[in-house]
Amino acid sequence: MAKTSYLCWSLLTFLLAFSTQSAEMPLNMTQGVTEISQQVYDLHMKIFYICCAIGVAVFGVMFWSIIHHRKSKGVAPAQFHESTKVELLWTALPVVILILMAIPATQTLIAMEDTSEADVTILITGSQWKWHYKYMDHKVEYYSLLATPRKQIDNKLKKGENYLLEVDRPLVIPTGKKVRFLVTSDDVIHSWWVPAFAVKKDANPGFINEAWTKVDHPGVYRGQCAELCGKDHGFMPVVVIAKDQADFEQWIAQEAAAQAAAKAEEQKLLSMNMSKEELMALGEKTYMGYCAACHQPNGAGIPGVFPALKGSKMALEDLPAHIDIVLNGKTGTAMQAFAKQLTLSEIAAVVTYERNAWDNNTGDVVQAADIAKAQKP
Amino acid sequence: MSTVTTDPHAHAEHDHHHGPAKGLKRWLYTTNHKDIGTLYLLFALTMFFIGGAMAMVIRAELFQPGLQIVEPNFFNQMTTVHGLIMVFGAVMPAFTGLANWLIPMMIGAPDMALPRMNNWSFWILPFAFSILLLSLFMEGGGPSFGWTFYAPLSTTYSNDSTALFVFSVHIMGISSIMGAINVIVTIMNLRAPGMTYMKMPLFVWTWFITAYLLIAVMPVLAGAVTMVLTDKYFGTSFFDAAGGGDPVLFQHIFWFFGHPEVYIMILPAFGIISAIVPTFARKPLFGYASMVYATASIALLSFLVWAHHMFTTGMPVFAELFFMYCTMLIAVPTGVKVFNWVATMWRGAMTFEVPMMFALAFIVLFTIGGFSGLMLAITPADFQYHDTYFVVAHFHYVLVTGAIFSIMAAAYYWLPKWTGHMYDETLGQWHFWCSLISVNVLFFPMHFVGLAGMPRRIPDYALQFADFNALISIGGFAFGLSQLLFVWLVVKCIKGGEKATAEVWEGAEGLEWTIPSPAPYHSFTTPPEIK
Repeated sequence: MAKTSYLCWSLLTFLLAFSTQSAEMPLNMTQGVTEISQQVYDLHMKIFYICCAIGVAVFGVMFWSIIHHRKSKGVAPAQFHESTKVELLWTALPVVILILMAIPATQTLIAMEDTSEADVTILITGSQWKWHYKYMDHKVEYYSLLATPRKQIDNKLKKGENYLLEVDRPLVIPTGKKVRFLVTSDDVIHSWWVPAFAVKKDANPGFINEAWTKVDHPGVYRGQCAELCGKDHGFMPVVVIAKDQADFEQWIAQEAAAQAAAKAEEQKLLSMNMSKEELMALGEKTYMGYCAACHQPNGAGIPGVFPALKGSKMALEDLPAHIDIVLNGKTGTAMQAFAKQLTLSEIAAVVTYERNAWDNNTGDVVQAADIAKAQKP
Repeated sequence: MSTVTTDPHAHAEHDHHHGPAKGLKRWLYTTNHKDIGTLYLLFALTMFFIGGAMAMVIRAELFQPGLQIVEPNFFNQMTTVHGLIMVFGAVMPAFTGLANWLIPMMIGAPDMALPRMNNWSFWILPFAFSILLLSLFMEGGGPSFGWTFYAPLSTTYSNDSTALFVFSVHIMGISSIMGAINVIVTIMNLRAPGMTYMKMPLFVWTWFITAYLLIAVMPVLAGAVTMVLTDKYFGTSFFDAAGGGDPVLFQHIFWFFGHPEVYIMILPAFGIISAIVPTFARKPLFGYASMVYATASIALLSFLVWAHHMFTTGMPVFAELFFMYCTMLIAVPTGVKVFNWVATMWRGAMTFEVPMMFALAFIVLFTIGGFSGLMLAITPADFQYHDTYFVVAHFHYVLVTGAIFSIMAAAYYWLPKWTGHMYDETLGQWHFWCSLISVNVLFFPMHFVGLAGMPRRIPDYALQFADFNALISIGGFAFGLSQLLFVWLVVKCIKGGEKATAEVWEGAEGLEWTIPSPAPYHSFTTPPEIK
């Protein structure tokens, strides 16, 4: 007895030890921040209560029977074994309950699927393992990557408040407007999910799905990829910031100007050369952000799944092929095309880095201009 | 029976001739339904522990946030192979084993109708699972795309273990189809005179219907894996939009197999519960005919609901409504079954031996799984539940506390008939209570983490899920350890114990209880008389 209580206490303290580093978890579905998410929540609760009522009735009868109709009480078993009346009743009654459930469900569903008359349209593209957002009415597009440092995942650093639910560049949407999402994928199937909006839509390669939301309150809303999409499926969060209309307009104008400026800057940089040190530094940063998930931080890859770059023939010898595969990817494999994802100087830097890191000492230095040449033959 | 002899010596020799062979050859060459049933059951138990060990790896990694024990690629292999092993290696062979042992004895047949095919359908299974398990040791590891192997993750983006996975699934499918053919042929042709269809025990009925489901959908699975194989290796584009295909087509094909498949794993369970509850309530089953009709309706509806697994893939709203309504309809025949079991208990004279305890737990916990299934059917709510731990909780309630608990109940119920010894009741009650408590600590909190937003199939999670995951893992380890009690109990029961009578249970009805315990190697060589 003493031993069991000791065991219980140590288990309890053990669990409490975890609580210190973890946040409170809600026990129920979120009500969310949109009219639709509230309707979904109400539907969920309605069905839940109906199930509870049925459960209490059925299990009530069952346990009453278990307590009273037991052999140890000396009862003699009855011998009845059918009753058409009762059987018809408990076939018909559930049908009625189901119809009552189906009516509100149908109404909500039809509202959810009506993507017409949207104010803002955003193209969401999933790829292993990041999201890309493109505003269809503005010249703004960017990738959104997990921002949680690797060291937190490997338990070398204390985990932050939004561990695994933070990104470098969140999606920004206006409040009070109908925002339509077009969802697709560049590689495998992903699923874009923000619980607070009750929006979960699969991103299918080669096809475009539609969803919509209308958020009334400014705020930060977090979600995750919901469809198994390979190794780092657990590491591609969604973060959406809802800003009121004026703030949104300001943000998108700034963003459009900044992206246009960056493009102009890139053209200018073509005539300039970066030093090898600069290239290696930028290359390492880019490599860790975009390449290390598959090829691993040490360049060794995962044998049989992702090829090694350390000591590979391509990284040591064939420079044109190396640039080509980074720019255009390789069809039929998980190797993506990075031409649209990275700037010319980033690609130049990452190729330089891959050809000089991990004892790959080729001494090759690749400049942005070389990449531009390879791109436009 | 062409010669009539009164010489006892000659008779003994005759018996000896037909007895089991000795040693390993007995098991390799056997065409006896009881031997093959035993092989299936032991194989399923082994797979249950292998698949369970993988679940332990999953739970160990998820015990705390962060990556501690395995890397994500291996984690995905564990979730994938755990699913495949438990579905195709544990639950299905266990039910086939029970069918082999019980159907001939229940309908008064001397054996299964196609004994050599029976031998083959078992003996290809170890090869199928060796291929699958050995693929884990390939360069890059085994299959890591989930047991549902959605394209293009399983085609363009998988490693070469996919080829082994495909061949292994093909062999499992062939085995299942042969087993199903055998069940159908046996039931249609070998029933004892007077054993009309509507006199068959419900376990026979449910298996009869299950066998038709198997024959209908296993070829669909074979088609799906073949298309994955040709997409990956032979340049076809069934599931590749770039070549005119559609990745969502894969899901339609897979779930057209997959949904009947989940009923394949639960209909025989309904049969088992319908055998056990009347025995321990000492009262005939309530609504036998409606049970048969309900089983048939569930089987038919199972072909009309597959896309409820795919509500988020972007279907037309009309299709979403159709599949929502059909799915909700399944609650009706399933409800009828639960009501009938409760009505069977009503005004009975119940006792609570281990088989009954597992059967009662089945009724309550399977119904909870049914409730969450009904919630999942509601399309708008499914958008929130889909691919979260809420779904994981749902299907473990119907498969672990549903299918597995029914198999446990069946094992306890018929173990005395198989071994000739009563099992150790105290040990059995320990096994039951440890399993019952730990399984709920394991799976119930999954509802909460799912509703709170934790996606399934992730090796690491946000901090708010930490406490519950630690609790779930503790439940998981406890449930895993509890199953060792079962192995101990079975070994004890085979070695010895109180002698079992022919009837074994006071209220048991059915032909299998009219023959001695242990059941002789050959039973009903002359058909019994059915009144």
